[in-house]
Amino acid sequence: MPRLPGGGGSAFRAFGISVTWFWLGAFALLPSLALLLVSVLDRGELDFFIPALTLGNYRELLGPVFLRVLWDSVRLAFFSTLVCLLAGYPFAYHIARARPKWRPWLLLLVIIPFWTNSLIRTYALILIIGAQGMVNRLLMALGLIDAPLVIMYTDFAVFVGLTYTLLPFMVLPLYASIEKLDTNLLDAARDLGAGSLRAFWHITLPLTLPGIVAGCMLVFLPSLGIFYVPEILGGAKNMLLGTFIKNQFLVANNWPLGAAASAVLTLALILMAGLYRLSSLRVAGREKKGLLGGNGDGKNPRREAANLPEAALR
Amino acid sequence: MMRSLKRAYMGLVYAFFYLPLFVVFVYSFNSGKYTTNWGGFSTRWYESLVSNSALLDAALNSLMVAVCAASLATFLGTLTALSVKRYHFPGRRVMYGGIFLLTVSPDIVMGISLLVMFIALKMELGFVTILLAHTTLCAPFVAVTVLARLEEFDEHLIEAARDLGASEAAAFRHVLLPLAFPAIAAGWLLSFTLSMDDVLISTFTTGPSFEVLPVKIYSMVKLGVKPDVNALSAIMFLFTLFFVLLAQAVSQIRRKQ
Repeated sequence: MPRLPGGGGSAFRAFGISVTWFWLGAFALLPSLALLLVSVLDRGELDFFIPALTLGNYRELLGPVFLRVLWDSVRLAFFSTLVCLLAGYPFAYHIARARPKWRPWLLLLVIIPFWTNSLIRTYALILIIGAQGMVNRLLMALGLIDAPLVIMYTDFAVFVGLTYTLLPFMVLPLYASIEKLDTNLLDAARDLGAGSLRAFWHITLPLTLPGIVAGCMLVFLPSLGIFYVPEILGGAKNMLLGTFIKNQFLVANNWPLGAAASAVLTLALILMAGLYRLSSLRVAGREKKGLLGGNGDGKNPRREAANLPEAALR
Repeated sequence: MMRSLKRAYMGLVYAFFYLPLFVVFVYSFNSGKYTTNWGGFSTRWYESLVSNSALLDAALNSLMVAVCAASLATFLGTLTALSVKRYHFPGRRVMYGGIFLLTVSPDIVMGISLLVMFIALKMELGFVTILLAHTTLCAPFVAVTVLARLEEFDEHLIEAARDLGASEAAAFRHVLLPLAFPAIAAGWLLSFTLSMDDVLISTFTTGPSFEVLPVKIYSMVKLGVKPDVNALSAIMFLFTLFFVLLAQAVSQIRRKQ
């Protein structure tokens, strides 16, 4: 990087930097601190919270009610993430290895659902897995079943819904990661006698690890928080984390408990962001040592994921 | 053999993505009330949407919020990207990390933390609060989009402009901004769709006096399959499709130059 203007002088510079700081401070840091504060306050009779410090909200999280919610949520989120990864990796791999002429179009077809409202996509799923849905009618027409299968309002439906709505969030960072992989490395490995499975295990997988972590983060975190997928497909049977938090704020009016529950999400975010940073530093480190061609740019995974017009045309 | 297996797998995943949307689209033209039977082609559900004034009000509110939030977020995000890219200053890495965290942080946490702050400041939930919330949601996405674009071009261009006597502001205006333009436009379009689609943050940051479309749709969707919701979903999908294609076109044209 060439010299960056360091010293003052430019009003433009001061303006850009101070506006950004103000925005980050007032709309990201301040609300987060407020949320943290509320999580250690007492619940008020009339007000949403009263200024009395307590750890009671966190203690309440250790009770059977919340632990049940947490267990169900994490389990569903884990399996959705796992299936997204297993289904998404080969899919992303084939897009990245498709002919350059086809690649932007194949990618565009993933970007469209990525941008489409997942509420609409969740709704659309009812027409497929509902009692009168395509799946049931097809199976009945084929004579494989006599009565419609009950898919809706089960854990399985929520799992299908999460996988369906979040799969593009897995595919796009994976694609970005795989596409950057230097194929010469794989050729070299094969020349040296490595089988394709071995080359995949020792080269492709470690070098695309940042993409894998980024994809898992972009699937796992939202699947804990989006309350509408379980509410639409799972019914009211068992409550998941997103709905629990929402209800504390909008129904039960127990803001301190809701704030404390959201700490689980924040903790998961910090852990996964740290993991992402580690994995991309590791890949970047190998690159520096000149051992391998590279993929670890240590950049934002959403740079690829969020910003599709750019990624698609590279 | 391997090749056709590969193709079949790809086709299967694409079918998984699009089949549900396709079915919604087809049934939105079904004149029957139920999805069980095809009652013939009709646009009656689209007509019933147009006469639903509460829905139209919510749509208008959403459009207003989306246009304002996308514009504010584009301004903020571009400013941020330019500052992070161009200058060294204390806390530059912290700023970059903060933006990164905002793009990956769960929406529900952003929604409730803003709610807590708005209420603590005794602000009434409505247009202003949802506008501020959506701007905060979208600006980091604009920033990363623009940053990605700025990474691609030669740093020396702006130095050359400075050496030739351009002021800092002039160098931005005539060198950086035109180069970043496709990303800025794509950032605006992305922000607009994010704002139009957001259920999670809107749920917490607007009040009953200012209903927005996604929250309204959610309350309709919760009641199950309805033909008018099919029509509404189809419209929303086409709308997104249009914006994605537009964003693609914008970046493609400029890249070829």
